[in-house]
Amino acid sequence: MFLEIKDLSVKIENKNILKSLNLNINKGEVHAIMGPNGSGKSTLANVLAGKEDYEILDGRINFKDNDLFDLNIEERAQEGLFLAFQYPVEIPGVNITPFLHSAINSKRKRMNEEEIDNLSFAKLLKSKASDLGINIDMLKRSVNTGFSGGEKKRYEILQMSILNPDLAILDETDSGLDIDALKIVTDGVNKLKTKDNSFLIITHYQKLLDYIKPDYVHVMVNGSIVKSGGSEIAAEIEKDGFQKFQ
Amino acid sequence: MNSETLNTLDSYSKNKYKYGFVTEIDDEKPKKGLNEDTIKFISLKKNEPEWMLDWRLKAYSKWKKMKEPKWANLSFPEIDYQDIYYYSAPKGFEKKPKDLSEVDPKLIETYNKLGIPLEEQKVLAGVAVDVVFDSVSVATTYKGELEKLGIIFCSIGEAIQKHPDLIKKYLGSVIPPGDHSFSALNSAVFTDGSFVYIPEGVKCPIELSTYFRINAENTGQFERTLIIADKGSYVSYLEGCTAPKRDDNQLHAANVELIALEDAEIKYSTVQNWYPGDEDGKGGIYNFVTKRGLCAGKNSKISWTQVETGSAITWKYPSCILKGDNSIGEFYSVAITNNFQQADTGTKMTHIGKNTKSKIISKGISLGKSQNTYRGEVSFLRKADKARNYTQCDSLLVGNQCGAHTVPYIDSKNNTAVIEHEASTSKINEDQLYYCRQRGLSHEEAVSLIVNGFCKQVLQELPMEFAVEAQKLVSISLEGSVG
Repeated sequence: MFLEIKDLSVKIENKNILKSLNLNINKGEVHAIMGPNGSGKSTLANVLAGKEDYEILDGRINFKDNDLFDLNIEERAQEGLFLAFQYPVEIPGVNITPFLHSAINSKRKRMNEEEIDNLSFAKLLKSKASDLGINIDMLKRSVNTGFSGGEKKRYEILQMSILNPDLAILDETDSGLDIDALKIVTDGVNKLKTKDNSFLIITHYQKLLDYIKPDYVHVMVNGSIVKSGGSEIAAEIEKDGFQKFQ
Repeated sequence: MNSETLNTLDSYSKNKYKYGFVTEIDDEKPKKGLNEDTIKFISLKKNEPEWMLDWRLKAYSKWKKMKEPKWANLSFPEIDYQDIYYYSAPKGFEKKPKDLSEVDPKLIETYNKLGIPLEEQKVLAGVAVDVVFDSVSVATTYKGELEKLGIIFCSIGEAIQKHPDLIKKYLGSVIPPGDHSFSALNSAVFTDGSFVYIPEGVKCPIELSTYFRINAENTGQFERTLIIADKGSYVSYLEGCTAPKRDDNQLHAANVELIALEDAEIKYSTVQNWYPGDEDGKGGIYNFVTKRGLCAGKNSKISWTQVETGSAITWKYPSCILKGDNSIGEFYSVAITNNFQQADTGTKMTHIGKNTKSKIISKGISLGKSQNTYRGEVSFLRKADKARNYTQCDSLLVGNQCGAHTVPYIDSKNNTAVIEHEASTSKINEDQLYYCRQRGLSHEEAVSLIVNGFCKQVLQELPMEFAVEAQKLVSISLEGSVG
């Protein structure tokens, strides 16, 4: 198993958010999690990434034969877990080139691969940016600083394409995007998809799934997955909302 | 290798202070302590004319009546001025070496460790270095090139011999010896430093640089630097400092005077990483520096950029006196304090002429148990019509045992003055750290990146090569401080 979440219960500030959640993802699969606001979708994403504010009450997570709870945030990232944030934070004064260059090299170091030099990295970044229709001028600005919502999301996808993760989690990447931006973002995901990597797409709306075809759709309500199936579930939700699952 | 060197190497490896090695050279110094004989000894050693000795002795008599300035937010034991050596020169250096082959190979080795390109061929990158090793200038590179343009770049000692008219006219003209006790002390006992004169209309084609280094133990370091930019000229000057590690506290009290005449511009950049003391606050340099620039002529400009990461105590206020109409003063500063370091630094902008402008960008970063104070004074005198100041002071706190303080004074006697002041204090943002770490950066790398970003506005003012060094230094200063 590539990613296995077993009986996961999590709380934050005395509030139980995830309740005995189970989810299995194999290599090469695209999973979508849909659910109403407050159902615990973003908590799941952050727990997978290793954010430290949460208390794990029960359960376990295995990722690529690692007990995920043995790894800290950066070790998980270096193992190939990527989270595209719902609200990417601004880092004034920090340019994306050295930022991502350090990121990719810390991953390579962990994998015992040779580090990539400045020049090759700059070339890689430029070519990935143009693949994704990202203006080169955007690469000169500080990370996320002064970006529009759409720009931030595209920037997340650019980072994802550079770091080439084994498991990419997209946390409501579609929120706040117009159709053009949505196409750019979903195109990026589709280009990246191979038989060796997996995606976990968290979304509130069905719209995103018109562009990315998931293999599985899960409905999450009140901290647990209440129904799993194929893309027909997304259509059901589109028609009737989440009401019937609650 | 003797035991002291071994000890030093040992402590260096424990504390990561990269430049904490000691060069074994016999040196020659007078007895400890300060009196008229000490000053006469220094003056004699430097073969100075009578008028220079008189100038020193006058400063000394002023110093005797003065007390140290007490305004700063610093605490340290009383300095025992009688327990310090005031002169230290490697033996046999009364006569300066003609070329590198005459220089003690150990000195050359020291500079190589510091990464100073002393040999001419290594200086092709475009930096002329006037190296101060303790008290005597060892070698000056690029001199020939500069002489063709009429630029004088030499040690202050040499300038006293060769250019007495310029020295008599300008030395002490911006920082009078009686200004405060540290300027009086420096005026009495200064040993070496740099002298620069850029003639009318000449743009100095390379960055001039001095690398100060304190070597002999218990030696006060009292440099004196004087830079004069004549009408319509331009010069960029770099000063970098490192000191070997010592358990005792060392005193450093330099004076730097800049004079910009009509339409002239001086850019002065400093990277200071004197030994800051260890994790328990033991040792480290006491750095009491007076730096002041005079925009004497119309349309002149003086710009100070400093990156302060070292010293146990930093007391330093590079200032501008904006006398000429339309003159401009700038101050860009990054001050990082860690462990038990204390920094009280800032600037003074004195607007005298019409349409004078000043800009202050200060970035303070506090870690560990350190205290970091920005202290600034902006004043507008009666005739400073339509003068403007913009001040921005940002403080970043890492951890919860350090302190950041901002003390701005504003004094305006002219109601057409325009003053803008912005200040912020923030803690390092957890969301930023999470974001960086999610991309695979370690906690330390993430902090270093965020802090460098925070300082960028100032670091980008540094000349290119210096900026890269400064970034590395910023990262080194943060090491081991986060967890």
